[in-house]
Amino acid sequence: METNFTPFASLAGGAAIGLSAVLLMVGLGRIMGATGLLSGVLFAESRDELMWRLAVIAGMVLSPGVIWGVTGAMPSIEVPVSPRMIAIGGVIVGIGARMGSGCTSGHGVCGLSRLSIRSMVAVPTFILTAGLTVFVIRHVLGGS
Amino acid sequence: MKLVFALVTGLIFGVGIAVSGMMNPAKVLNFFDLAGSWDPSLAFVMAGAVFVASIGFRLASKRPSPVFSNRFQLPTAAQIDVKLVAGSAIFGIGWGIAGFCPGAALPALGTFRWEVGLFAAAVFTGLWLHRAAVSFRREHLTA
Repeated sequence: METNFTPFASLAGGAAIGLSAVLLMVGLGRIMGATGLLSGVLFAESRDELMWRLAVIAGMVLSPGVIWGVTGAMPSIEVPVSPRMIAIGGVIVGIGARMGSGCTSGHGVCGLSRLSIRSMVAVPTFILTAGLTVFVIRHVLGGS
Repeated sequence: MKLVFALVTGLIFGVGIAVSGMMNPAKVLNFFDLAGSWDPSLAFVMAGAVFVASIGFRLASKRPSPVFSNRFQLPTAAQIDVKLVAGSAIFGIGWGIAGFCPGAALPALGTFRWEVGLFAAAVFTGLWLHRAAVSFRREHLTA
């Protein structure tokens, strides 16, 4: 499935992601990481720790509705993989993100911006294994 | 006020994810498909995010404390260990299989697409499995 190259929209969207991470740091002093948010909700240690994470997640979940309100269309989601692959991939993502203490947002955006040595190792590692996985699935196994 | 502020940061994050194309697995997987239908857009997402956050975090660190909290809570670990590398490698494999990552899936839940719900449930299962495995090992395999 071909997708259009969107350098300007992607750069602008990325800038908004960066801005949100900065605001969460300035406001609450916390890292904007999806894995941390999810783990913090699933294994909450206190009411306060649960509430701010739920508020951030609520804002995230509201965002497609806001985009729909402004543009009249939901953001496009094209899923080129089977439900089974989504489920298998999701479980692996959950295990890996928790073991590696972060994912694209926590290590990728926040960690690299803070010049964290751990993130500088984590990000090339997951980009490499994701690339190899896509290569194997699409060009060795011949899936889509 | 703190919670409203937190909600707004989530909203900005989600709008950024949607506008950037990160919410679309077809686009994410094409970023990794250099040998096929390559779409380099996601490099621009990372560049935009890291550019803004690098400057913003530097400015934020000049404050003695956050606005709605008494201290900044930053990760303090600095060690490169097996868990970090293996965990990141495993995460990348899952990302390459599903095309969603947690940060893209959370805002995507708001589109009410069942595929996103399935992915989110699977991620919760993975998070829980990892935690269960860690506590099992702590209880049974350490002297």
